[in-house]
Amino acid sequence: MEVVRISGLDFSYGDGFSIHADSLRVYAGEVLTLLGPNGSGKTTLLKCINSLLKPNSGEVLICGKEIGSYSRGDLAKAVGYVPQSHAPSFPFTVFDIVLMGRVSYLSIFQQPSEADRRKAEEALTTVGIYAMRDRIYTNISGGERQLVLIARAIAQEPRLLLLDEPTAHLDFRNQIETLRTIKRLSRERKVAVVMSLHDPNHALLFSDRIALMRGGKLLREGPPDEVVDSKSIEEVYGIPVDMVEHSGMRYILPAKKGEWL
Amino acid sequence: MPKNKLLVLALLLLPMPVLLFSLFVGIYSIDPITVLSILAKRLYDPSGASPWPDVYETIIINIRMPRILLALVGGIALSVSGASLQGIFRNPLVDTYILGVSAGAGLGAALGIAYFPGVPGSVQALSFAMGFAAFFTTYTVAKSKGETPVISLVLAGVIVTALFSALLSIIKFFTEAEKLAGVVYWMMGSLAVTGWGPLSQVAPLIMVGFAVAFLMRWRINVLSMGDEEAKALGVNVGRDRLILLLASTLMVSAFVSVAGIIGWIGLVVPHTVRMLLGTPDNRLVVPLSASVGAVFLMVADDLARSVASFELPVGVITTLVGAPFFLYLLKLRGGSAWK
Repeated sequence: MEVVRISGLDFSYGDGFSIHADSLRVYAGEVLTLLGPNGSGKTTLLKCINSLLKPNSGEVLICGKEIGSYSRGDLAKAVGYVPQSHAPSFPFTVFDIVLMGRVSYLSIFQQPSEADRRKAEEALTTVGIYAMRDRIYTNISGGERQLVLIARAIAQEPRLLLLDEPTAHLDFRNQIETLRTIKRLSRERKVAVVMSLHDPNHALLFSDRIALMRGGKLLREGPPDEVVDSKSIEEVYGIPVDMVEHSGMRYILPAKKGEWL
Repeated sequence: MPKNKLLVLALLLLPMPVLLFSLFVGIYSIDPITVLSILAKRLYDPSGASPWPDVYETIIINIRMPRILLALVGGIALSVSGASLQGIFRNPLVDTYILGVSAGAGLGAALGIAYFPGVPGSVQALSFAMGFAAFFTTYTVAKSKGETPVISLVLAGVIVTALFSALLSIIKFFTEAEKLAGVVYWMMGSLAVTGWGPLSQVAPLIMVGFAVAFLMRWRINVLSMGDEEAKALGVNVGRDRLILLLASTLMVSAFVSVAGIIGWIGLVVPHTVRMLLGTPDNRLVVPLSASVGAVFLMVADDLARSVASFELPVGVITTLVGAPFFLYLLKLRGGSAWK
């Protein structure tokens, strides 16, 4: 099922930086990775898919419906957004944070019900962090926070999950664990996932499709094997790289050019 | 849920004994037994003969009672608006001053006292009008392209406060000497001018504002995550924030119009409640700020009425408690306080 369809999208901040995406589709149960260097427009594109930014022209359809025709609440029932992890001002518990994922199902003067609490608990279980339920969000590690924010997005029961650099600030192990969780959720719950990543190897390991971005433009898009090779990565990141194979997987390594230093 | 449900219950019920105790306090000393007898008579036998002088009954029923109830609703107004604004602005160190509401309402009330003495309701009406005017100035200045970034709101509030305070100084300068005393005394914040009349004018407005904040208490949690996250979670941030800001302005300007600018409660009370409960969850913080705020202002006013042979302005007492508390918080949180 087609969850996202973008055609002829243009967005400009008004300070010269703009992004352009001719055509991009995302289907239920697949992971699409936006891969590109800093400032290539990944976050901007994600925000256009969540109506946090309004494109100047072009069309974004979510589940077949023009994004502008959704109310904020209805859009949040279809699209879960996981921002980069951060510390909020108030020390809420993990459970309180995840429960906030239910706000789009409640009217302005309503408090969360027992059913909402169960949905939040299910989301914690799904992501595998139920044991952290009563921990204080501001006291846990960056990797744990990222999982909490993913659980909150799952509590929204969305068809589409957007993640903005879910591995930023995480250590080696947490990067892999978080990406594994994301991939599993897309399979188990048939959620469409669009995430932005910096690391080509993470993209190769965990994506069904990859969209390469540079300077605000979508360069190529397709299955990892077709899109990622040493030439395309050199073009996007502007450094020489080598592609190596190891136990059936392909990896990108920075190429040695003379002496390292 | 809180570990200590008993504490929550005790704090919620605390205003009742404090209200009763406050009836015993005053410059004119009336012993507690007589006070209770007067209350009992009022409740069960209003037309019967009484063994005490009529003036006692007047003092208890028409002076102390409305004054204490004004302290009660005022404490609710200042504390609940403080808790709401702290959630909206994601900053535990702001209250109604930041938006310029207090300064605006203060200017309006001063205009009323200085230029429309004896015109019924003029002080209240002008206080509301200028409180809202200050709020809308802040809000429209801060708003651009349909967004109201918190930092713009806070800066606009500081500027609006400075502007309205300067205008207030001009009014003081041009006010005749005998009216000036009234303006100055009112500015220091006092509940002394009350009676059933002013109370019945402002209490319903405060209760409406409180009801709105109480019903939206969980939503304040979500708003405290920041504009972008709250939007992504499905909240109409502009609308919900505006409703809460209007409710807060309504509560505070209503109270300022009768009692003047009584500061610090909106800062001290929600913070104390968060520390006592060990949670920032506004589902508890909003209702408990209401009851603790009511207790705080009733006790502060008891002190104002009893520590000296003359009456102190209650605003001086809340400031003496609040300012050191603020310094302590600032020191405790260090540089992170304004991030």
